[in-house]
Amino acid sequence: MPIIEVEALWKSFKTMRDRKKVQVDALSGVDLQVQKGEIFGFLGPNGAGKTTMLRILATLLPPDKGRAVVAGYDLLREPKKVRTCIGYVSQAGGADSMSTGRENLILQARLYDLTASTARKRAAELISNLEMTSFADRLVRTHSGGQRRRLDLALGLVHQPKLLFLDEPTLGLDPQSRAQVWGEVRKLHTAGTTIFLTTHYLEEADSLCDRLAIIDEGKIVAEGTPTQLKQQIAGDVITLSLQNAVEAIPRAEELLRAQPFIRSMQQAADQQLQVYVERGEESLATIMRTLDAAKLNVHAVSLARPSLDDVFLRQTGHSLASSTAQQNGQGRS
Amino acid sequence: MKLFRDTWLIFSQSVRTTLRMPVWVIIGIFQPLCYLLLFAPLLQGFSRVPGFPPGGAMTVFTPGLLIMMGIFGTVFNGFGLLFELQSGVIERLRVTPVSRWALLLGRVLRDVLMLLIQSVLLVLVAILLGAHSNLTGLLLTFALLILLGAGLSACSYALALALKDANALSSFLNTVSMPLILLSGIYLPLTLAPALLRTIANFNPFAYAVSAARLLFNGNLGDSAVIEGFVIMGVLMLAALLWGAHSFQRATT
Repeated sequence: MPIIEVEALWKSFKTMRDRKKVQVDALSGVDLQVQKGEIFGFLGPNGAGKTTMLRILATLLPPDKGRAVVAGYDLLREPKKVRTCIGYVSQAGGADSMSTGRENLILQARLYDLTASTARKRAAELISNLEMTSFADRLVRTHSGGQRRRLDLALGLVHQPKLLFLDEPTLGLDPQSRAQVWGEVRKLHTAGTTIFLTTHYLEEADSLCDRLAIIDEGKIVAEGTPTQLKQQIAGDVITLSLQNAVEAIPRAEELLRAQPFIRSMQQAADQQLQVYVERGEESLATIMRTLDAAKLNVHAVSLARPSLDDVFLRQTGHSLASSTAQQNGQGRS
Repeated sequence: MKLFRDTWLIFSQSVRTTLRMPVWVIIGIFQPLCYLLLFAPLLQGFSRVPGFPPGGAMTVFTPGLLIMMGIFGTVFNGFGLLFELQSGVIERLRVTPVSRWALLLGRVLRDVLMLLIQSVLLVLVAILLGAHSNLTGLLLTFALLILLGAGLSACSYALALALKDANALSSFLNTVSMPLILLSGIYLPLTLAPALLRTIANFNPFAYAVSAARLLFNGNLGDSAVIEGFVIMGVLMLAALLWGAHSFQRATT
């Protein structure tokens, strides 16, 4: 029995775009299943619909269409029962900044019907397990980002849920804090908790998740284990930067298409051509000679094993890494 | 039972937070104190004008001032909630099994408690300055204030959850509260007003609260206007609480 079953989920919002009211489909007919005990990831750029999906599954938002069963209860008919089984850590975390970490944990525990003394014990347990002893009794507004995130995680775990939702758990964290969060997630996984996380970090999806779904503009475009997804693009990727790219790339594609060892080609951002081949180290020489003979100047070339970004690019036509970089304010040349 | 327990949890948490920043409680009482100390004395001359209710300026002005504090002291409470909404606190709480009514009532009860503390302080100062009242009337005035404060607090939260934006909330509240206060007889009794304004004031629920408060303060406990005031404030409070609970049910960032 999967612990989450989603069928044909739709959700749209009305927003303002260019001073007009527009309906945006945040989720367009999403189907997915999450098995008990696995770490399941939703990978996609900002605005893909990841947070919306999490909010719906955590009973915060009703879907427009479709059904979902979470932890054995129907989402629309028994949301209260769903709430007793799940933990949810949003991007913002939501700790009360004018209370201490311990006070936050105790209140959270009591809201899950723990008695006052059990709540205090549980808070103490979490504080020591997550190494928060040095700051747990200070006001949350004095905490650093990494400290906040650990508290946010603890708040989601207070009632030992069998299913935990994490929305971008390491967003904005320094490498050390991120490693700490990853360690905690793996510990929970070993203890049997099912974890559903969203991320736009490729390494996070790759190294943490048992299975993941790639989501873009409200639709799931690929699903499987990280290895399975990368195997779909079996072989190596040769990335070529050509001079006079606008004219050169179509010509290069035409020439290379004739070659037998080329599996497929794709134009990427920054006017680069990505060529997927079986064995890159052998094919590279032939490719360079072919392009050279046609007087197409290659001014940069690289060879790599496929990454999740390649999977993303293949499925959606744009690169996750560069679209994220653009959204972060870089890379618009 | 869960409702009472959850409400108590939210209430004690809210009180603890407010007591950590007591400046807000002090600011809440500062404006009415200014009116009491700097404006009310000017009314001494007015008490001889025909149409001015009996009792002397202080006694006539203080109940209106209490109502004003009840309005201004609660109607902006939504801003605190906006901050919590934007930092994800409300979202986190809504994922727990906590009762949605508790999320509203815990906060409203905290606001009512703070309002009561401020009211007691204000009345003490007013009495020192020469206002007179009687204990029963005073207690009933506080009861009226509780109804009014609870209702306005709930409205403020519901508006904050609906508008989700500090600028929009600020514009709305400032625009709406001004005419409501001016047309309720707080600064000067409406008996002095021209017929047109008095007619418009008949549609202002707070005008009834001010009249009731003045009568209670003076010891006229049985007047029909007192009952009117209680009924109107009671109905408003219930409607506001329903609106507030419904808003917490659907609250999203």
